[in-house]
Amino acid sequence: MKNTKNILLVGVGGQGTILVSKILSTGLMEAGYDVKMSEIHGMAQRGGSVSTQVRYGEKVHSPIIGLGEADILVSFETMETLRWLEYLKPEGIVVINDYEIPSAPILLGNLDYPQGVIKLIEEKADTKVIKAAEKAEEIGNQRVMNVVLLGALVKSMDLMDIDWEEVIKNSVREEFVEMNLIAFNVGVDSVTSYEESYSVN
Amino acid sequence: MKRLMTGNEAIAQGAFEAGVHYASAYPGTPSTEILENIAGYKEIIAEWAPNEKVAVESAVGACYAGARTLTAMKHVGLNVAADPFFTMGYTGVNGGMVLISADDPGLHSSQNEQDNRYYAKMAKVAMIEPSNSQECKDMVSKAMEISEKYDVLVMIRMTTRLCHSKSIVEEGNRTEVPIKPYVKNPAKYNVSPANAKQLHLVVEKKLKELEKFSNETDLNYIEWNDKKVGVISAGVAYQYAKEVFGDNASYLKLGFTFPLPMEKIKKFAEEVETLYVIEELEPFMEEQIKAAGINCIGKDKIPNTWELNPDIVKKSIFDHENDTIKYDKSIVAGRPPTLCAGCPHRAFYYQLSKKKDTMITGDIGCYTLGGAPPLNATDTVVCMGASVSMAHGAKKVFELNNDKKRLVATIGDSTFFHSGMTSLLDVVFNKGNTITCILDNRITAMTGHQDNPGTGYTLQGEEAKIVEIEPVVRALGINHVRAINPLDQKETKEALDWAYALDDPSVIISRYPCVLKKYTDLDLEEFGPVEGYCYVDQEVCIGCKKCVRTGCPAIHFMKAIKKSSISQVQCVGCELCLQVCPVSAIKVGE
Repeated sequence: MKNTKNILLVGVGGQGTILVSKILSTGLMEAGYDVKMSEIHGMAQRGGSVSTQVRYGEKVHSPIIGLGEADILVSFETMETLRWLEYLKPEGIVVINDYEIPSAPILLGNLDYPQGVIKLIEEKADTKVIKAAEKAEEIGNQRVMNVVLLGALVKSMDLMDIDWEEVIKNSVREEFVEMNLIAFNVGVDSVTSYEESYSVN
Repeated sequence: MKRLMTGNEAIAQGAFEAGVHYASAYPGTPSTEILENIAGYKEIIAEWAPNEKVAVESAVGACYAGARTLTAMKHVGLNVAADPFFTMGYTGVNGGMVLISADDPGLHSSQNEQDNRYYAKMAKVAMIEPSNSQECKDMVSKAMEISEKYDVLVMIRMTTRLCHSKSIVEEGNRTEVPIKPYVKNPAKYNVSPANAKQLHLVVEKKLKELEKFSNETDLNYIEWNDKKVGVISAGVAYQYAKEVFGDNASYLKLGFTFPLPMEKIKKFAEEVETLYVIEELEPFMEEQIKAAGINCIGKDKIPNTWELNPDIVKKSIFDHENDTIKYDKSIVAGRPPTLCAGCPHRAFYYQLSKKKDTMITGDIGCYTLGGAPPLNATDTVVCMGASVSMAHGAKKVFELNNDKKRLVATIGDSTFFHSGMTSLLDVVFNKGNTITCILDNRITAMTGHQDNPGTGYTLQGEEAKIVEIEPVVRALGINHVRAINPLDQKETKEALDWAYALDDPSVIISRYPCVLKKYTDLDLEEFGPVEGYCYVDQEVCIGCKKCVRTGCPAIHFMKAIKKSSISQVQCVGCELCLQVCPVSAIKVGE
């Protein structure tokens, strides 16, 4: 692969974006890609907006990207998608978790949670909407919604030849492996690949 | 073996491989994980110091005693440690010594974005700048060799992107380095004026030798491509330059950036038509290159504010912007960081913010957020420990001006041990009259839960003596001390009223663990388990928003029905909202 691919994961502090980017970058490295991953700690952890970037390809230089450079934007929270959408290439893919976390000004009643975010994004970009929180709850733990989104992400990026189950096994505590594997597969199944959707149409 | 590592993990691995014997640091984003990772190597004595100055001084002692030594801090931590750092510029080393300065362009978690490369030049020590994790690891060994060969402290300058980005690192083995013998040598290690005067001459000579080294070392190398454009760059900015120019430019990549390799730079500049210097923050290299009479383009195009990325470099130089999706961004609500649900700081600030005619000085930690809406409690944040001393100075001036305003300083436990103790001594010594509130959440929370002298554990989690704050405060000369549970609002109010009524300096210790802290047995014994939740009886709720104004992220005011609601996923049952509700609409869940 000549061109470097750029993945941007966004969400709210505490949603588990870092675990997903860790699994993702480990899998990509083991598949032989050069990989760089960048995250921000500190202040942002306290319920603030967080972002993680994963870049992979033959040779990766910068650990971070700028506006209009992400091939895929995976948003763990609905409104965060809009905050980061300008980082997406116009032809890029959006994977959006249909899950709202009101921020401080909204909790205080000073601002309203924006309406119609998903519809707006669907009009602007190739969008896949995942109800990851609902699916995670069905599996038995809301916290695994991050791994549901990981499944949707790797399917969307055509990265299914990597042995993700092995990477997941090595990345989470033993008692949570099974639940995370289920979550991953639920995520994969929630996305129809380009070829699949093409053949259906 | 190949492994993905952050720059911080790679520095730790590098310290292990370089045979480091001793390491000391104070936590500070983005440097914290360096010592946390070094703690895993049993070959290295690794310690949390109470502050950066102590960390550097301990490291200096270890270095003089003959050990390979490492110390690490965030950029502003070096301000605290500047005193021993500058002296190290004169004395040089015995065992090799490396100081990691982790700068924070973009102020992700800091009060400024100072460029610490100027510190290396000012203190006359050598400087290395890695540009990825592999270099972070390799350059620790290289820095140790340089340190011992040239008898100089080596500063490794990192930035947030380097510290917290992962890239692939090839791990190696540890090289055991014997501890050097210590020989008493006052002419070198005792900087009395007569000795220091001679040492200054030695330092200038060393800098000449280091400049020669800088011109020869392969840490500074040229990549020839098209010679129309030449780029001089260092650190993570080099990666941004590579991203933007690719193979369409030649590069002089600098890994050893003080003293700069001016001969090499001259030769490179002569060969290329247009020369760019691409560096993050200040024109540190550009100024020196221009002073040497070499034409180059730098900060007249590339901003010296905030963090760079390839996009900004491209836009600055080529005036090229990527296509982006256009939409109305104004509908996106802000998402500022907030104190966690159940945070004891919120409970304390909630009560304190009711006080009238008061100036509240704040400090560095999670509780910096006490200045944010809706609490809006603190007036100031300057630097570690400043709350206590600033309150003292401000109170003196208000008194001079016949203003009865009360001064309340708020400072965390770790920050109090860091530099609040000497400030409190100032209050006592100079007959001050301030109220110092020590928000003791039993851990260094902001940087991710590091132990400190008050927690009872070392960096490695071994049991240590617990330094209790109350006897320390009394020993410093404060006669009026009260310890309270901030989640008990009645007790908190009474303590504040008591302190306001005094005509002497007082201390209130607000003692309750961080809601995210993993409780120790002693915590469990003292505070009991964290359990329960609260809910709003919406039949009773009158929609007055008092609970909402605590700023708890678990409480949501539902505009449509004008009632509050509590998220049971987030609520930890601290019961602050329950105490502020005027109609008892908030109840404890079963």
